Amino acid sequence: MIFGRAFEKIKQGLAKTRESFGKAIHAVLTIGRKLSIEDIDRIEELLLSADIGVEATSRLIEGLKRDYKDKKVEKPDQVLDYLKAELKRQLGAAPPGLTFAPSPPTVVMIAGVNGTGKTTSIAKLTRHFASRDRRVLLAASDTFRAAAIEQLAAWSQRLGVDIVHHRAGADPSAVAYDAVDAAVSRKADLLFVDTAGRLHTKVNLMKELTKIRTVIGKKLPGAPHETLLVLDATVGQNAIAQAKAFHEAAPLTGIVLAKMDGTARGGIVVAIHQTLGLPVKYLGVGEKAFVGALFAS
Amino acid sequence: MFESITESLNAVFNRLRGRGKLTEANIQEGLKEVRMALLEADVNYRVVKDFVERVTAKAVGREVIESVNPAQQIVKIVHDELIALMGEPSTGLPFRSDGLTVILMAGLQGSGKTTTCAKLAKLVVRRGHRPLLVAADIQRPAAIEQLKTLGKQIDVPVYAEEGGRPPKICQRSLDFALQHNLDTVILDTAGRLHIDQALMDEVRDIAAKTKPSQVYLVSDAMTGQDAVNSAKAFHEQLALDGVILTKLDGDARGGAALSIRAVTGKPIKFIGIGEKLEALEEFHPERMASRILGMGDIISLVEKAQEHVDAKQAEKLREKLLKTKEFDLQDFLDQYQQMKKMGPLKDLLKMIPGLGGAMGGLDGVDEKEFKHLEAIILSMTPQERRNPDLLNGSRRLRIAKGSGTKIQEVNDLLRQFRDMQRMMKDMNKKGNPLGAMLRGRKPGR
Repeated sequence: MIFGRAFEKIKQGLAKTRESFGKAIHAVLTIGRKLSIEDIDRIEELLLSADIGVEATSRLIEGLKRDYKDKKVEKPDQVLDYLKAELKRQLGAAPPGLTFAPSPPTVVMIAGVNGTGKTTSIAKLTRHFASRDRRVLLAASDTFRAAAIEQLAAWSQRLGVDIVHHRAGADPSAVAYDAVDAAVSRKADLLFVDTAGRLHTKVNLMKELTKIRTVIGKKLPGAPHETLLVLDATVGQNAIAQAKAFHEAAPLTGIVLAKMDGTARGGIVVAIHQTLGLPVKYLGVGEKAFVGALFAS
Repeated sequence: MFESITESLNAVFNRLRGRGKLTEANIQEGLKEVRMALLEADVNYRVVKDFVERVTAKAVGREVIESVNPAQQIVKIVHDELIALMGEPSTGLPFRSDGLTVILMAGLQGSGKTTTCAKLAKLVVRRGHRPLLVAADIQRPAAIEQLKTLGKQIDVPVYAEEGGRPPKICQRSLDFALQHNLDTVILDTAGRLHIDQALMDEVRDIAAKTKPSQVYLVSDAMTGQDAVNSAKAFHEQLALDGVILTKLDGDARGGAALSIRAVTGKPIKFIGIGEKLEALEEFHPERMASRILGMGDIISLVEKAQEHVDAKQAEKLREKLLKTKEFDLQDFLDQYQQMKKMGPLKDLLKMIPGLGGAMGGLDGVDEKEFKHLEAIILSMTPQERRNPDLLNGSRRLRIAKGSGTKIQEVNDLLRQFRDMQRMMKDMNKKGNPLGAMLRGRKPGR
């Protein structure tokens, strides 16, 4: 292979297990030593490797270089502080977690492209709230993918919550309608509406999502109170296009960043926040703030 | 964001040209655009770094500097290097001539393994073999039902067990295949994180017990920088034979393809390009290179056309197009119906170079509008279709009513049709490359 040896180096350079981003930055910077411009280049690479993206990374690095020139940042610890503060500032102060409706039920619509972890995220959220004595109801509005209804039904059984479902191939809006009805009459606190995974480039499927949202809103004014986009933490720059398209089809209120237990950092949420102002509401299961988790050691 | 790498390079060089002759430093500047483009396409930053160094060595020469169009020169170098890096075109599925061909499918959660297994099974059937799908995912609720449902849709048997451990299930599925005279076994394993050692041990155990002839990593085309980490770990533990890249029907640039290839050295075998179970294609490095650079994919479009358009009818149409006068609404309808067979219009438009990057504008393409066109023409008499001049006010009203549209829509259609006729007249004039293509000559590259 033409690139043989070069890629051997790349392979060796890749960390095998998950290590925290903060640690990775520490590894670049030798504590006590003065910061050099090469160090900043390596930090740039680390930011890129976290999927923060070219634009957001260059903004951070430009700021860092400016402060370096002005001698405001000279030591490695200051670099970490700078990045943390800057990212926190960029991501805003919105607290993570759901915003509840003034009176129950709070309707939460879950959307995203295929395979990001929508149904599993719903299961995790359900467990979280059910264990805090919230009455949760699930709506199986993914009527498209083979056995999607069965998957959600299995979770409803395991977690001991009710589910509203129709048959495979049914109208997802009709399922959502019935589920909102049931949530009101059964006095549920929370209704999670699971929708089918759809690529954001498929016009008809995105229209279907708009319709589900409209139908929910007609049945219960003010609903859905939250519309969350589930992103796979491994996703790259395409997530920006995804978020834009979903936001247009069904105005989003926040992001659920799933699969944070791997080696991916999900840095694209920084760029998404810059473009659309959408906060990260959940990281995997926990109501943790993104920046805190990124630098946790 | 830029439409394509060629355009952004052009912009840089035009700016620099204003200051006189290009220098080596200018070229370096231009190559920053290449770096940006690759990073935006999600190619791993280390892979990008090496790649750009390599391209720089080739691009910083007299030839590029003195060429009329340095942007194009550089794009060509980049494109060629990308193709070289991505390796040879897919050679398809190797079947064993003796005994079972066992294919093990592995990957992260949500990469699309189960759907891809079904697509692959369908492809195996098309190749004249008899596949068995094996439900070895006991982790995700209803994964077994999902595979069973898909198996039913494509009429391929599915082996599943209640309870039991995946390595044993897979082992027993081989006996089942032999007993039922099946020759290919596709193992759908659970999605797993590459750092979950217990689950990685399990999939290694499956491989040890089934001795697969092919081990494929199923990977999401939208993956970012982390693609190298997971691919590397799967390759180390399972010795991959190839990669299947899924969800390429979206608008992701798919730089992960390059990253994965770089760390595993294994070919990309197939790509998933749609929700339908036929939507699995062999991998073409040059197309992927164009896609990563945002240059559209005209070859796929032409191939798609060849696959779905009836050759005889196309020939008839071609003749008609050359004699503009004879092209009527019936031909228009035929043409539309042929095109419909090729898939959603938007997907087709995306393959056209130049349009590719401007995905935003394509969102407006409404399939419904085309359905209305179809309904309107279908509401005309054959005579009216042959001679649209017949369509006076009352006929138009009748057609609008018959097709459930408004008279304005009928008028719009007729106006568009006339525009099209005029366009074709222009096309038939000498020197128009599209016209040349229609007349059966290959346009110069």
